[in-house]
Amino acid sequence: MPIVVEERRRVSPPPPIQPAGHGGDGDFGDSGAAFPISKGQIGIWILLTAIIMLFAGLSSAYIVLRGVPSWQNIELPSLLWPNTAVLLLSSLAVELSRRAIRRNDLQSMKRWLAAGGVLGLTFLAGQLAAWRQLARAGVYLPSTLQSSFFYILSGLHGLHLLGGIAGLSIVLVMALRNRLSAFRYEPLKLCSTYWHVMDALWVYLFLLLLLS
Amino acid sequence: MSQSHAAQHVHHELGFWRKYVFSTDHKIVAIQYLITAMTMAVIGGILSMLMRYQLAWPSMLSPTLGKLMPDAFAGGVMKPEFYVSLVTMHGTIMVFFLFTAVLTGGFGNFLIPLQIGARDMAFPFLNALSYWVFLLSCIVIFSALFVTTGAPLGGWTGYAPLSAVPEAGPGQGTGVTLWITALALFTVSGLMGGLNYITTILTMRTRGMSMMRLPLTQWSLLITAILGLLAFPVLLAAGILLMFDRMGGTSFFVPAGIIMNQMPIAHSGGHPLLWQHLFWFFGHPEVYIVVLPAMGMASDILSTFCRKPIFSYRMMVYSMVAIAVLSFVVWGHHMFVSGMNPFLGSVFTLTTLLIAVPSAIKTFNWLGTVWGARIRFTAAGLFAIGFVSMFVSGGLSGIFLGTSAADIQLQDTAFVVAHFHLVMAIAPLFAAFGGLYFWFPKMFARFMNETLGRIHFWLTFIGVYCVFFPMHVIGIGGQMRRIYDPTQYMFLVPQQPVNVFITIAAFILGAGQLIFLFNFFFSIFAGKRAVERNPWHATTLEWTAPTPPGHGNFGEELPTVYRWPFDYSVPGEKEDFVPQTVPATVVAK
Repeated sequence: MPIVVEERRRVSPPPPIQPAGHGGDGDFGDSGAAFPISKGQIGIWILLTAIIMLFAGLSSAYIVLRGVPSWQNIELPSLLWPNTAVLLLSSLAVELSRRAIRRNDLQSMKRWLAAGGVLGLTFLAGQLAAWRQLARAGVYLPSTLQSSFFYILSGLHGLHLLGGIAGLSIVLVMALRNRLSAFRYEPLKLCSTYWHVMDALWVYLFLLLLLS
Repeated sequence: MSQSHAAQHVHHELGFWRKYVFSTDHKIVAIQYLITAMTMAVIGGILSMLMRYQLAWPSMLSPTLGKLMPDAFAGGVMKPEFYVSLVTMHGTIMVFFLFTAVLTGGFGNFLIPLQIGARDMAFPFLNALSYWVFLLSCIVIFSALFVTTGAPLGGWTGYAPLSAVPEAGPGQGTGVTLWITALALFTVSGLMGGLNYITTILTMRTRGMSMMRLPLTQWSLLITAILGLLAFPVLLAAGILLMFDRMGGTSFFVPAGIIMNQMPIAHSGGHPLLWQHLFWFFGHPEVYIVVLPAMGMASDILSTFCRKPIFSYRMMVYSMVAIAVLSFVVWGHHMFVSGMNPFLGSVFTLTTLLIAVPSAIKTFNWLGTVWGARIRFTAAGLFAIGFVSMFVSGGLSGIFLGTSAADIQLQDTAFVVAHFHLVMAIAPLFAAFGGLYFWFPKMFARFMNETLGRIHFWLTFIGVYCVFFPMHVIGIGGQMRRIYDPTQYMFLVPQQPVNVFITIAAFILGAGQLIFLFNFFFSIFAGKRAVERNPWHATTLEWTAPTPPGHGNFGEELPTVYRWPFDYSVPGEKEDFVPQTVPATVVAK
């Protein structure tokens, strides 16, 4: 019996039949194939593209305005350095959480996820403290073009990161209700993609502000 | 999708509110978009009629209008501020809240799942949310007409520093704040829609529906969604900076030391041209966000009523992609007179003229489709042909304007107004009308009246040319684009009779649209019933679905696609169309 099965496997599928008429410029259509990327993955990358274009618009404005005579550099708050380190650590935690679930180690997945979220919140608190630091130095939103950009860019980035924290919390709740496993963890995957891009975005913005 | 899941989709019943108002069904969302956009079109249309009235009879007393709108017509004569706010609101409403909304929100939502063989959008809730945010943005922009200080005055392009300084004019306070808010909401709504369109078209095509078997409408909607995704966030970025200039005391767009209304403005050191760059980086792709779906729909309708396959399907797809890519590198042609380096101007001229190549390919292919065809002159078919006519007429003047040397003479004249109305307003309008007459039976299970449809077509076709052809001439004669009273300049007085002619033509054109509105709403309730699933004998998947398609669109089983969407008049076939669902037959040799 097994030999028969083997032989059946070796028979190649029949060649595609030429449809009558034009048949689509010679395109026969891959009738069975599903799209290789999931809806969620496409959705998240579309969202990220839009966010990246928003910041691309803002940074092109930044680069243009850096050329006007009234441009004045400000001294960036020193707190930004530890903040950036915290944010990078949070990315690491989220990544460790994603790796944990691939091993089906739900316990450490939850732990790392929570750690990532807490580090994210710490970053946001740190950013607020950096704003205070700058304001105490007498540099406000309308003070110079660069200070305007600093407050707006970091503020908008913070808002987007807050959205990421909401996402992480939802995934954490799903994990606590045992709705995630090594075979079903797309929400975590989407969240970690978003989180890493937001972190990379901050590093980019920080460098942009720094290298004036 | 498994059988049981499909059955679930087909059978569960919802109450009235969930079914027709807070629905997540793409067809209901589409009809909501359509009707909302049509309402906005009526408002925008009335505004344009008021503008035309003022241009034809600038200093005429009108006690009736003075009584109706005492704020706008002081002593019965239209105030200049009101005239500029008409210009601004007409442009904003028509570009965003009519064209972008009706073509992608209306037709996109209705056609994407039906034409690719899906049961709904990829994210139905997001889709419904997109409509409600859109409605909110409509309400916000509409309310800008009623604030005490007046509607915004800065044109639909909202040029800084006028838009960045609330003291710049009566409508530049609350009016512009509402304007920016409405555009921001519209961007968010458009992002939710676009996210859905791209994901749905890529992942939810039914068996056999490969990319190169998509109807051209689907290709155009996919490319449009990608354009919107890349362009709208830049507008949002500009809007955010503008809002901070207005409310946060920043100086992104306001230069130092300007004086407005005899008041020094306390801002330092911004760059007003930056707004133009950001706006037009979005603004030019926006033109194609409006035109591309129109191209796709017109192609499919044209092919159906010519009973011929579209000429060169692949080139149609490639040229749409080329147009989309090029649309991001031409924005400078809106800024030739902004003090741009002449060399940069030449570069933008070159990229702009390059767009003529894919556009010409498309036009050639439409002509190739019509060539030698036994055309069925239905209202839908007529409007699709009309689209090609408008696109060519408006596109040709674009070559003049895209050339920097000619543009320096013609910029900000009525010539520009005539050009962009034909190419990016009237042409898409024709495609949208064609689409409505064509897909109406699938939407409402009734036909629109054909005779009224044809009368509507001829009135619109002739009316539009009577309005916009002479407008080129007075533009070359020097009439400014946003001028309040053309008779204030001696050199414009001799061409004032042309303005009167245009206005009378515009009134007739406007009245012609009432025929359409009557036909549309009357036919929803009392039109001829569409019994047949496929009344136009078309090939695409939406015509294999029941009429009207129920929740889940295709009944128990999704269709399987065996061929491209243009098998019209295939030699050797019994009928002159072969739907995409008809399996391939082995041709006997």
